[in-house]
Amino acid sequence: MRLSDRARELPESGIRKFFELAEARDDVISLGVGEPDFSAPWAARTAAIDSLERGKTSYTANRGMGALRERIADHHERYGQSYDPDEEAIVTTGASEAVDLAFRALVDPGDTVALHEPTYISYGPGIELAGGERLSVPTRAADDFALTREALESSGAADADLLVCCYPNNPTGATMTDAELAEVAAFCRENDIRVVADEIYAALTYGGDHTSIATQPGMRERTVVVNGFSKAYAMTGLRLGYALGPTDAIDAMNRIHQYTMLSAPTTAQYAACEALDRCGDELREMVDEYDRRRRLVVSRFNEMGLDTFEPGGAFYAFPECGGDDEAFAEALLEAQGVAVVPGSVFGAGGAGHLRVSYATSMRELKEATDRIATFVAARN
Amino acid sequence: MDAEREVLDVLARNAREDIDDIAAQTGLDADAVADAIDALESDGVVHGYQAVVDWDRVDEGKIRAVVEINVELDRETGYEQVADRIAKFPAVDALHLVSGDYDFAVEVLGETMQDVSEFISEQVAPMPAVTQTVTHYIMETYKDGGIRFENSDEDDRLSVSP
Repeated sequence: MRLSDRARELPESGIRKFFELAEARDDVISLGVGEPDFSAPWAARTAAIDSLERGKTSYTANRGMGALRERIADHHERYGQSYDPDEEAIVTTGASEAVDLAFRALVDPGDTVALHEPTYISYGPGIELAGGERLSVPTRAADDFALTREALESSGAADADLLVCCYPNNPTGATMTDAELAEVAAFCRENDIRVVADEIYAALTYGGDHTSIATQPGMRERTVVVNGFSKAYAMTGLRLGYALGPTDAIDAMNRIHQYTMLSAPTTAQYAACEALDRCGDELREMVDEYDRRRRLVVSRFNEMGLDTFEPGGAFYAFPECGGDDEAFAEALLEAQGVAVVPGSVFGAGGAGHLRVSYATSMRELKEATDRIATFVAARN
Repeated sequence: MDAEREVLDVLARNAREDIDDIAAQTGLDADAVADAIDALESDGVVHGYQAVVDWDRVDEGKIRAVVEINVELDRETGYEQVADRIAKFPAVDALHLVSGDYDFAVEVLGETMQDVSEFISEQVAPMPAVTQTVTHYIMETYKDGGIRFENSDEDDRLSVSP
C-alpha cells in the first residue's frame, strides 16, 4: 500500500535494536526497562474491577470524569499549582497523548521547537508529526544534565516558538532546582517561548519534592504541564495521563482530543481516582524502594569506575561509559547478558553514556551490577 | 529520616542485606550502619532475624495454630503475669494481647496436631487464670511476614522500552 511521506520518513526508534538483541536471549537481566517493576496498587486495581462490575463501560466526558479532574487539581496544589478542573485540565490516554495534543495545538508548520537532549525519544517525532522543526539543545554531563541558559543560547533557542522541558528526565534521572528553572523561565519570557513541561516523573523525586517550571513567575500562562499515572502509580498499561494549562490551550487540545480519542479509558479513570484518594502509602513505599536502589546503583557504578552523577528523580541512572556507548552496550549484552540502553539513542549529549533503569528488583540490580563490574574490569 | 530508621526499613524488607549494601542503599557509611544496627538491637527494636518460611513446602512440615485464650484476672494476676507464663513455653511462637471477644491470641507451633492439642489441654488450659481456649489450626498460609506465598509473577514487561 502506498504510505504517506510522513509515515515513511519517521525513523525507526534506536531502542528497537536493543529490544531485539535482548529478546533474542533468555538469560538477560534487563536494566533497559522504562516502566515500573511494581504492579498498580491493589486498591486502584480493585477500583477498576469494581467499575467494570458496575457496568461503567461507557465514554466519559471528553475532558475526563469531573471527579478525576477535581482530584488532579487538588493533587497539584502540593506543587504550588492551582488549576480549574473544569477549564484548565484534560484527561488523556497516557501522558503520551497529552504531549501529542500539546504539539498539535501549539505548533504551526515551520515552527521551531527546542528540545533539550538527551531526552525521551517520542518528542522529536511528535514535533515533526505536528509540522514543527526540532531544535536540539544538548545538556551537559558537567551540569548534571540540567538545562541551562547557556545551552539554550548557544543552540540558538532564542528563536524557538516552543520548548519541551522534561524534568525529572528520562534518560538521565536529572532534576532541576527552582534556581535552575528560574534561568530557563527568564529565557522563555524574554524570547516569548511557550513550554510543554512533561512532568510524568514528578512523583518520583528523592531528597526533595518536585518543582514545576509552570510555577515560575510569568510561566503559568505559557506552559502546558503534562503528567499522568503511569510512573507514579505503576499504571503504564492502563494508559492514563493528563494536561494542565491555560484555558485556551486546554480548549484547543480538547478540540483535537474529542475527534481523535473521544475520551480516555473509563476503567483507568476509576483506578486513577482511587490512586489519588487512597494509594499515597503505596506510592511512598515505591519511592522509598526506588531511592534505596538508586543509591545502590549509583554507588556501584562509581565504584567500578563509570562516573555517575546522583540523579534526583525518575528511575534511571546515567553512567558515563566513555567512547562508543552503542558498542559498549552491545558488548555488555553479549558478554554478560545485561541489557542497558545506549545514551546516544536519546539524542545529542547522550553519547558516551548508558541509561540504566533501576525499576528492577534489588536482587537483580546486585547481580546485574556485579556482571557489569566484571565486564568493565575485563575491558581495562 | 534518621539513620536507624533508614537501616530498619532495609532490614525489615531483607534482614540478609550486608552492611556494605545497606550503606550503599541508605547513603550512610558502613560504620554508621553498624552503629545503627547495634543501637536497634540494644534498644530492643530489633529482636532477631528470621527467615519467612512456608512450612508446607518443607518435608517434615510443622503444624501451626492460632489459639484464642480468655483469662480471669485477680488482684495478684494481671495480663503481664499471665503473658509471662504463656510466653515461656517454646511452642509459643507469638503472643499478643488483643481487643475484642478474647484476651490473648497465641500462635503455637508443633510437629503434629496432637502435639499442639496436648500442649493446649495439658499446659495452657490448666493455668489458673485461663478460663477458655479455642484452637484454630492453620490449614493454609497464603501470606506471612508481608510476603505472598505463591510462585512469583513473571515479569511480563518488554525487556527494553523507552
